[in-house]
Amino acid sequence: MSGWLLALIQLMIFVLGAPFLVIWIKQVKCRLQNRRAPSFAQPYRDLGKLFRKQVVLAENASPLFRMAPYIVFAATVLAALTVPLIAIKLPTAAIADMLVLLGFLAIGRFFMTLAGMDVGTAFGGMGSSREVSLSSLAEPALLMVIFTLAMTAQSTNLSSVMQYLLDVGVVLRPSLLFALLGLMLVAVAETGRVPVDNPATHLELTMVHEAMILEYSGRHLALMEWAAYIKLMIFGVLIVNIFFPWGLATDATLPALAIGFAAMVFKLLVAGVVLAVAETRLAKMRVFRVPEYLNLAFLLALLGALSHIILEVGV
Amino acid sequence: MNIVDFSLHEQAILLFAALILFTSFALLAQQRMLASIHVFAWQGALVAGATVLVAIVSKQNHLYFSAALTFGLKAVFLPWMLHRLVNQLGIQHHVETVVRPALVLLGAAALVVFSYYVALPIEKLSLLSTRNTIAVSMAVVLIGMLMMVARRQAVSQVLGFMSMENGLFFAAVVSTHGMPMVVELGIAFDVLVAAVLFGIFFLQIRDSIESLDVDRLNRLSETDQAEQTRE
Repeated sequence: MSGWLLALIQLMIFVLGAPFLVIWIKQVKCRLQNRRAPSFAQPYRDLGKLFRKQVVLAENASPLFRMAPYIVFAATVLAALTVPLIAIKLPTAAIADMLVLLGFLAIGRFFMTLAGMDVGTAFGGMGSSREVSLSSLAEPALLMVIFTLAMTAQSTNLSSVMQYLLDVGVVLRPSLLFALLGLMLVAVAETGRVPVDNPATHLELTMVHEAMILEYSGRHLALMEWAAYIKLMIFGVLIVNIFFPWGLATDATLPALAIGFAAMVFKLLVAGVVLAVAETRLAKMRVFRVPEYLNLAFLLALLGALSHIILEVGV
Repeated sequence: MNIVDFSLHEQAILLFAALILFTSFALLAQQRMLASIHVFAWQGALVAGATVLVAIVSKQNHLYFSAALTFGLKAVFLPWMLHRLVNQLGIQHHVETVVRPALVLLGAAALVVFSYYVALPIEKLSLLSTRNTIAVSMAVVLIGMLMMVARRQAVSQVLGFMSMENGLFFAAVVSTHGMPMVVELGIAFDVLVAAVLFGIFFLQIRDSIESLDVDRLNRLSETDQAEQTRE
């Protein structure tokens, strides 16, 4: 019973902490660019405002357009449920499979692209088509990363992968280094950050994610935005907890959980700084260069899998 | 033998091997002239680093000398010389267009799998802890060759040739703990002389065809002119 309670608390931290990660990245980015940063409460205020606002629907919007935000949000929250945040071996570990996680994210993306095309505006269709073509290139790279991890830990279950890596301790694995680099590149593409997409602009020619949700307003928009925040958090947690699993609570005692929470916060803050520095240093790519970028991600992930087979298992 | 059973130094050798393989891929994909020379310098430095690690693990003191030679030659001198040549020829900002870059990279990945398959029986005969990296060094040689096939620019072809040499040296270090000193010195001088000759060769072909695109050497200039007059 306490396990389920813990899983629920972990999910609450995940969902409520996601906007905080976003504003942290924005704060660091503003500091780096000598700008005044918005306050830490800003994304919460934005979400609150959007939830209170009236929903404006296009005349030809179908029921699917109204359902999509709820489906996207629910799928993303379920995906968040599968990712161990502060503790492993929770009851939710039974569905904490990496392929299931990919499936949840794919459901969210599917409905988001459908909703983008639903009203029939040019921008929505363009955004959807771009999103689908980019994700069809990002997904193989992500799958290669998952295969590399699965070969190392003999499991596709996130909880057991983290447990295995914790048990083995520090081993210099070339395969995990490549998998980490590949996953970082894919994460940037999947969460629509610079240099693939820019979450801060509505510049017509370049937007991908923003173009799809252009027709949304009020609570629908709030749910879509929140789902995007949670998705960023999911990828951040995946990166820090798989490749730097130290500090994760392995039993449900209070000190272990406190350490797990503190370690998680610290690791995510560092990851946020890394992302902010990268975003400040890089300029946004042209859309037609993105396939090359994702090709690099796939190559890195493939090298990870190959170096596992060639170098780490051997004869 | 699994990586978990290795000591930290041996794990580091494997990590260096993987990074050397990665620089090979980077060299193949890099289209900017100066950047690819830098990648080549990094590859040389990584090979030298791996040699030092092998020297520590196998306690073969002469490998320190090989490492120093490799570092001086491959990571400092040759890149410096190529840098100077590129400046002299005025092609620092040249961006080469590779035909079907994604296909070339996938071909390189296939070469890695192929060399793993070929090296398996050799690895079974060896008892060294570094035997797993034989396949990687073979792959570096083959990717260098692929680079010479896929590129048309003379400087990138030379880089491919030199990275093949890196692969051969790495293979010698990891499979037999280095070659005899005489052989090693001989190869080092060979590479040096080759680099100097390449420099002269670059200047020559540029003088005669006003480009470093070696594809143009296939055409006979007189027949071209004849075709042009016919058109």
